[in-house]
Amino acid sequence: MSLDFEKDVADIEAKIEEFKAKNPEPTGSLVKDLNRLELERVEKLKETYANLTPWQTVQVARHPERPLIRDFINGLFSEFIELHGDRLFGDDHGMIGGFATLENHRIMVIGHQKGRDLDEKIKCNFGQACPEGYRKALRLMKLAEKFHLPIVTFIDTPGAFPGRDAEERGQAEAIARNLLEMFALKTPVIALVTGEGGSGGAIGIGVGDIVLMLSNAVYSVISPEGCASILWRDGSKAGEAANALKITAKSLLQLKIIDEIIPEPLGGAHRNHAATMKATRKTLLKHLNSLAKISPKKLTSRRFEKFAAMGRFK
Amino acid sequence: MGWFTKTKKTAAKLDSSIREEVWIQCPSCKAHIYKEEWDKNLKVCDRCHFHERLNWQERVDLLLDQDSFSELNAKISWNDPLKFSDSKGPYADKAAENCEKTGMKESVVTGTGKIKGIKVSMAIMDFRFMGGSLASGTGEKILLAAMYAVKYKLPYIIISASGGARMHEGIISLMQMPKTCAALAQLREANLPYISIMTDPTTGGVSASYAMVGDIHIAEPRALIGFAGRRVIEETIKQKLPEDFQTAEYLVDHGFVDMIVHRKDMKEMLYKILKYAGCR
Repeated sequence: MSLDFEKDVADIEAKIEEFKAKNPEPTGSLVKDLNRLELERVEKLKETYANLTPWQTVQVARHPERPLIRDFINGLFSEFIELHGDRLFGDDHGMIGGFATLENHRIMVIGHQKGRDLDEKIKCNFGQACPEGYRKALRLMKLAEKFHLPIVTFIDTPGAFPGRDAEERGQAEAIARNLLEMFALKTPVIALVTGEGGSGGAIGIGVGDIVLMLSNAVYSVISPEGCASILWRDGSKAGEAANALKITAKSLLQLKIIDEIIPEPLGGAHRNHAATMKATRKTLLKHLNSLAKISPKKLTSRRFEKFAAMGRFK
Repeated sequence: MGWFTKTKKTAAKLDSSIREEVWIQCPSCKAHIYKEEWDKNLKVCDRCHFHERLNWQERVDLLLDQDSFSELNAKISWNDPLKFSDSKGPYADKAAENCEKTGMKESVVTGTGKIKGIKVSMAIMDFRFMGGSLASGTGEKILLAAMYAVKYKLPYIIISASGGARMHEGIISLMQMPKTCAALAQLREANLPYISIMTDPTTGGVSASYAMVGDIHIAEPRALIGFAGRRVIEETIKQKLPEDFQTAEYLVDHGFVDMIVHRKDMKEMLYKILKYAGCR
């Protein structure tokens, strides 16, 4: 599936498919022709993806083929043992977690689950977690602390679920509780925004010693559509709102909200899951290794200072 | 017809009185109340108990011993990290207007004061400043007042009144949620009491951060307290919500607020709680 701004790329890709269908075993000058088309494709991709607008980046972050948490789990970890339930009410499919092994590191993994096909998406509320999701996350984070396991969170959510039941079960309190408790965790926390960092729903598992973003991920206080409908009184002005809000990985790095950007392969993570996993693995390992060297006491004081500095300007 | 004339005269008198602002109309039940009575009742309707919003100075006068309030970090003001502008123009202009209108530099005033002799650190939000929205200056002041409490071993009280995080400061506003909670984690580590008072409205990023992690949660009657907006929820679930949804009373029933305290009893209740918390 190609996005509307990828039309030029889609045209060349169609030409390539046509060519390959006509010439399944090209020889001589046909090989040169195919190579030329492939080169053109790469150039077009480079051009398009080097100049994405914030709104286009949002489309990439929401791409239906973008890697989701189960893809990251399968692509990164040699083992994953899922743990269920918040011990209070239920098991939220919009937030999953469990033990995982990343090369020589045993860790606790937690993240939003958006679901791939429609049935799954509905079961997961499209990645909009409920209070029981945040409470499950907290239970697993405390378990990780007890077992001295570092925590890696995968953030990809349009926002916390705005339902009646969610509200009645304390959506606000669940997020707030996590925000407080994450500062007391005596184990390293790495938070990685892989897709959409949807506001409070994201930060509810986002208090990290290290905060990372994939290069085409977005992270915002409100969706561009939401912002446009309030401040521009016109939901269709989402593009302008996306520009104003500064939601891209590059902006967040400049604003010192995140620590590092994980580069996506050419044309976005959806085009090459394997390369995305490779880059992600490398960065996670680097930070797991360096965080392991810090004492728990120093870890919590550093985490406090990191977030205390946000919003201080000279 | 004598009584027609009398009625006309009374009506005319009423009109002119309203014009002179001698009468207030309760925003909730629409009863006409003498302004003098309204002020005496701390802007609470004595017919339906509707609690009108108060500004920070009124909260100080209500809750702290006379002349005990000492402001902290008065110079901290709003910031414009995104150089934000929307269809109505630059955020900087809007912020400046709000400063002009309220005399404040941000949506919260912080300081220390005494409640019947017990010294406290306090943060008082004011809805008049950009809807009480949470932004960088707000978060910094709330953090610093909490750290002051840690340093001088004081209990901490935050009075919330907010529509949520301020969009105009973008992701920086969002980060004030964890930032303020980081400070409250320090306060907890120091074993100091933290009382969260939720007034109308306490919503969005404020309810999903400091407002909902108090040792004690006190709300004013019928205050709107919630995470997502009513309309958004109704559109999501395609159902109408009950009238009392997201009111303080609803939250008590659902387990998230300890008590609802009428404005006139608030100071005394705070004093009692502080005594139970071992403060002197």
